[in-house]
Amino acid sequence: MGEVHRGKGGPGRDACRTPRARGDRSRASANGAGLAAAFLMAIAGTHGAAAEGGDPGKGEKLYRSCKSCHEIGANARNGVGPHLDGLFGRAAGSLEGFKYSSAMKELGRNGLVWNEFTLDVYLEKPREFVPGTRMSFRGMRDRDDRLHVIAYLKALSVNAPAGPEAAPVLARAEMGAVAMQLDGDAAYGEYLSSECVTCHQMSGRADGIPSIVGWPKDSFIRALFEYKTNIRSHQVMQNMTVNLGNEEIAALAAYFGALDPQ
Amino acid sequence: MPQLTRRGFSVLAGASAATLAMPYYARAQGKPKAVVIGGGAGGGTAARYMAKDAGDEMDVTLIEANAMYTTCFFSNLYLGGFRTFESITHGYDTLASNYGITVVNAMADMVDRDAKTVALADGSKVPYDRLIVAPGIDLIYDSVPGYSEAAAEIMPHSWKAGPQTQLLKAKLDAIENGQQIVMVAPPNPYRCPPGPYERVSMFAHMLKSKGLNDSKIVIIDPKPKFSKQALFQEGWDKHYPGMIEWYGPDVHGGIVGVDPSTGEVETDLDIFTGDLVNVIPAQKAGMIAAKAGLTNDSGFCPIDPYSMRSKMDENIFVLGDACIAGDMPKSGFSANSQAKVAAMTIRGDLIDARVFPAKYSNTCWSLIETNDGVKVGAQYAPSDEKIASTSKFISQTGEDAAVRQATYEESIGWYEGITTDIFGA
Repeated sequence: MGEVHRGKGGPGRDACRTPRARGDRSRASANGAGLAAAFLMAIAGTHGAAAEGGDPGKGEKLYRSCKSCHEIGANARNGVGPHLDGLFGRAAGSLEGFKYSSAMKELGRNGLVWNEFTLDVYLEKPREFVPGTRMSFRGMRDRDDRLHVIAYLKALSVNAPAGPEAAPVLARAEMGAVAMQLDGDAAYGEYLSSECVTCHQMSGRADGIPSIVGWPKDSFIRALFEYKTNIRSHQVMQNMTVNLGNEEIAALAAYFGALDPQ
Repeated sequence: MPQLTRRGFSVLAGASAATLAMPYYARAQGKPKAVVIGGGAGGGTAARYMAKDAGDEMDVTLIEANAMYTTCFFSNLYLGGFRTFESITHGYDTLASNYGITVVNAMADMVDRDAKTVALADGSKVPYDRLIVAPGIDLIYDSVPGYSEAAAEIMPHSWKAGPQTQLLKAKLDAIENGQQIVMVAPPNPYRCPPGPYERVSMFAHMLKSKGLNDSKIVIIDPKPKFSKQALFQEGWDKHYPGMIEWYGPDVHGGIVGVDPSTGEVETDLDIFTGDLVNVIPAQKAGMIAAKAGLTNDSGFCPIDPYSMRSKMDENIFVLGDACIAGDMPKSGFSANSQAKVAAMTIRGDLIDARVFPAKYSNTCWSLIETNDGVKVGAQYAPSDEKIASTSKFISQTGEDAAVRQATYEESIGWYEGITTDIFGA
């Protein structure tokens, strides 16, 4: 622990590898005059280096906790979260057709661009970096873990995303298929939703409880069935879904899917 | 139900000459009128949902005695230093400005069920087509011999959030090392079943964090067991070993009385003396419910499980702690859930809105120590007999720290969610 030049937050070996240009890049984004950029500047010292030296193989395993919301690789599409193809160099909140929180769009307009450095900061404490984000991920405390995930993202995010006319994803029999084919009754969904919004905020903010507004229909339905069948484990949600049938779940998906986050 | 159609009925009511003599907030332009007494978790939610979902088709009036509302839920976290008092105190401005609710800052004094009016303390009357009564609880001070409203200034109950909560906090903060805290816990049924035990946890948290390791907390409980008992006792052993002693009736033999002048709590077993004594007496529905003739012998209000409609009057609904909600506990979450059923039913009554089958739910989070949260909850469905539990869950003993921390963080999210759901945004 005797390396005097070591960055405050990260292991010394990472600081050693920091190319000078990384710091410059973060400074460049600060010129965008956004709060986020200023914040990044302020914490640049604590994070020291950009994400280099991660192991994509380890990242792939860690990415499992991201996978249910974020698609990446060939034909990736938006799901509960935006797809991650072409992520590096993309402005935050800028993908067409995805319902971002206004907080994320604002940061993108103010110059926040995703790169190794900004992702490192964001993934550590997403809700702290982007208050109001819809991403209900608590964060990844271990810096090495973040480096591995970022390395994995970098390796896979080079593909172009699928257009609307892309080859259909292979049909598979899946849970919730019946509900997915129903035309959900949004008015019924609105009544049923009153039970959800006691915890899940209508604004789409995720403060310790995930945002559920603006989800694609099938993702919403799949998630509720996964709780209902105990594939996903959460006591409150398992209890909430146990008495919901296809009609109720389709109604909820129709109602929440049509909402826009604030 | 009236013989007239609902729409015809409301038109007639609006045309009545009597309305011209009403105060400004009561003079509706022929729209059906829903009035809510009590702006807490039940009443606030019901007013907001009716106003939000009925738009211009209904007039919604909320009568609340206090200008600001401090939530009982999370008030223990204020005692423990985890929340500020301001952060658990809410106003009614948003309900008025963003939802068009007429907020009347006055005490409801009487309900004339024949004339369908609510009399306020100043004598003015507010007419209604449908009335929601959500007054919360009143304390039965003399259920503990020696205790009284005056004694509560010395031995606070703090079971209605507000100045009483601040008084208890001041007394807690003044405790010195070696001094003792005694809690007299309430008998069933009472508001917030895990509340007394979360409160004791917060007492202990304060003592421990200030290094007052020679102080003790004694709970004198009239009940042989309590909500989340295994979870609390496990947590107390883990975080506060030797600090908390709980005595059920088989040990103390019965509560003889309290003496505010000496700080004594006398039981058949012994006399316990506290430098701080927190007495939580038995409870009944808020006074207006009894005055309106909505209560039964239990002191609470029987309701129709399918709609929350009072069994005493088809034009009145009773929500939250004041009603007899079958298997549902008296909690803010329960009141909020019941409010949505009542609001929908009233819209169905008055403006022919679609009415869906009633559904109810509840979850209660409790904090034992920093980042050690637990929860209990259930789903409920109406039956002819009562609102009955259909499924339930509870945190497990021995859960790892990450689960407990996530549970605590979830409760913070829930607080944001439910207070927005009650008071609007």
